[in-house]
Amino acid sequence: MITDLELSKLRWRCRRGFLENDLILTRLLERRGANFSTEEHQQLLSLIALDDNDLWEIIAGRTDVFPAGADAMVATLRQTRITH
Amino acid sequence: MGLTVHKYDAVVIGAGGAGMRCALQLARAGLRVAVLSKVFPTRSHTVAAQGGIGASLGNMDEDNWHYHFYDTVKGSDWLGDQDAIEYMCREAPKVVYELEHMGMPFDRNPDGTIYQRPFGGHSAKYGEKPVPRACAAADRTGHAMLHTLYQQNVKSKTTFFVEWMALDIIRDADGDAVGVTALEMETGDVAIFHAKCVLFATGGAGRIFAASTNAFINTGDGLGMAARAGIPLEDMEFWQFHPTGVYNAGVLLTEGCRGEGAILRNKDGERFMERYAPKLKDLAPRDFISRCMDQEIKEGRGCGPNGDYIALDLTHLGAETIMKRLPSVHEIGKNFANVDVIKESIPVVPTIHYQMGGIPTNIHGQVVVPKDGNPNSVVNGLYAIGECSCVSVHGANRLGTNSLLDLLVFGRAAGNHLVDTALASRAFKPLPANAGDYSLARIDKLDSSSGGEYPQDVANDLRKSMQLHAGVFRTQKTMDEGVVQVLAIAQRAENLSLKDKSKVFNTARIEALEVANLMESAKATMVSAAARHESRGAHSVDDYSDSAEFPLGRNDKQWMKHTLWYSEGNRLDYKPVNLKPLTVDSIPPVKRTF
Repeated sequence: MITDLELSKLRWRCRRGFLENDLILTRLLERRGANFSTEEHQQLLSLIALDDNDLWEIIAGRTDVFPAGADAMVATLRQTRITH
Repeated sequence: MGLTVHKYDAVVIGAGGAGMRCALQLARAGLRVAVLSKVFPTRSHTVAAQGGIGASLGNMDEDNWHYHFYDTVKGSDWLGDQDAIEYMCREAPKVVYELEHMGMPFDRNPDGTIYQRPFGGHSAKYGEKPVPRACAAADRTGHAMLHTLYQQNVKSKTTFFVEWMALDIIRDADGDAVGVTALEMETGDVAIFHAKCVLFATGGAGRIFAASTNAFINTGDGLGMAARAGIPLEDMEFWQFHPTGVYNAGVLLTEGCRGEGAILRNKDGERFMERYAPKLKDLAPRDFISRCMDQEIKEGRGCGPNGDYIALDLTHLGAETIMKRLPSVHEIGKNFANVDVIKESIPVVPTIHYQMGGIPTNIHGQVVVPKDGNPNSVVNGLYAIGECSCVSVHGANRLGTNSLLDLLVFGRAAGNHLVDTALASRAFKPLPANAGDYSLARIDKLDSSSGGEYPQDVANDLRKSMQLHAGVFRTQKTMDEGVVQVLAIAQRAENLSLKDKSKVFNTARIEALEVANLMESAKATMVSAAARHESRGAHSVDDYSDSAEFPLGRNDKQWMKHTLWYSEGNRLDYKPVNLKPLTVDSIPPVKRTF
């Protein structure tokens, strides 16, 4: 499971340059953040290391080019995007 | 003192377009430059800018800087300083070509020149016809700009301190800026950056409003630091609204959807813009449409269970047109409103977009304050550039594409001014003995707090109050009430409590520090707005409407002046607008019609 410190870092690094990413990532962390597995945590880290526009292209489903092994988190983000 | 001290020729706070353009100019001159940023540089809010950079290159049609100058003065509703506007418009082609030579991937014409697109408010021959003036890199202009500038800075050996939050300016007994204190998130430690000059490039404070297109990082940190250090904030009553932000999310729906025929409707399904603007209807200017939407809501014709939004209807356009021409609108509807815009309308509200006011500066980016009868006395060692500053080129209303231009022109100008005034050979002024104490006391107060409110609860109340009292539709009564309410919320912010008192990556502590900056920005906005008894540009007040004596409610005789708000004593001062350009004739004020 993710540690409190890891979750805190994740919270900050999910502060992004534009609002669309802020909103989806915040929604995800509020729903699931505290229960992330180590693997989910690593997958999300690999995605938020991307630039904002590239990350949004992935979240919005406009591209399927994303870091290797992040498939499950991409699916989670896309699900988070469309569930209100 | 006991704090770690980092020593640099220049310390730049903020790594958006303005900060990085300035840092580059300094680093290329061989100066030691530190750039502090809360987030990784290419994730600064400049990345959100899509439209382009305004510059009269004349690649598509006849254009020159005089036309750009005229448009910007008129757009500012004659609150912009004409010396600064002339400087910006003259320098525009130069900064665009410099960026091109650095590798910025601008869109191209078949002949290889930079492609330019038209944008609202930009014209040729002094308002005669629209002119393509925006230089863009597809819809990723800000992104491309940040990457270009970041790469150049790395090449020029600028030192980046990422995930550091600047806390306070350090001023010596002469009032000169000699450094800043900053918090390293990774350790929770406070350090001092001792410098020959401090440059603020911290962006706007758009998060003081509930409905905002701004990213969460836009908390007015530079404004808060300046206000706490006794520097006034200029023209903070002027905020630009975008009419079609998604209700409860803030995400922008492009103006293109109304261009394609989308219609704004009230709860009765009425196309209400026909009443307000019989000719232009839903294509009237941004500020005008925003005010009409707010009026519908206030008069009880808003949509939804609370009657607090307007419906943007695209259903008559058909699936094919929407998917072909407005795919991003369809996507945003699904993602942020749970709406399929092909089948149903999408809830929208006028949404805060850009802060026209800020820290007062001259055209070199030097912070200026009234002193000994001089309204623009320089604060030695302190500079501000970009959205956090007020130079003032945008006056009461900014033209699209002039924000990215502002970043480049004045970021570069501040850097050049420091290089030209021989910063390298200047000695460091000593730090005051108590440097750092003020910031440490602020942190200690948070760390020892108990029984107070949580930062986000107070911040949310502030946002709601600002939206209600300083939103797009203002009345003297609501603004006066807003002053009382915002000052009361600011009192509550004096006693915040943290649930988590840990040091390392304590986001609650960071957010509490941001709330202090939001409060200064909000107080400046609310108090300045309530005091300005006229309508001008984005500051539109129902009590001051169109009359023969005051066309469109603008009262040049009494109010053609800049507001200065001081945190200490919550007091106001004013200074004249500079109507004298650098080399050309002044554009005299007239009624602003389109």
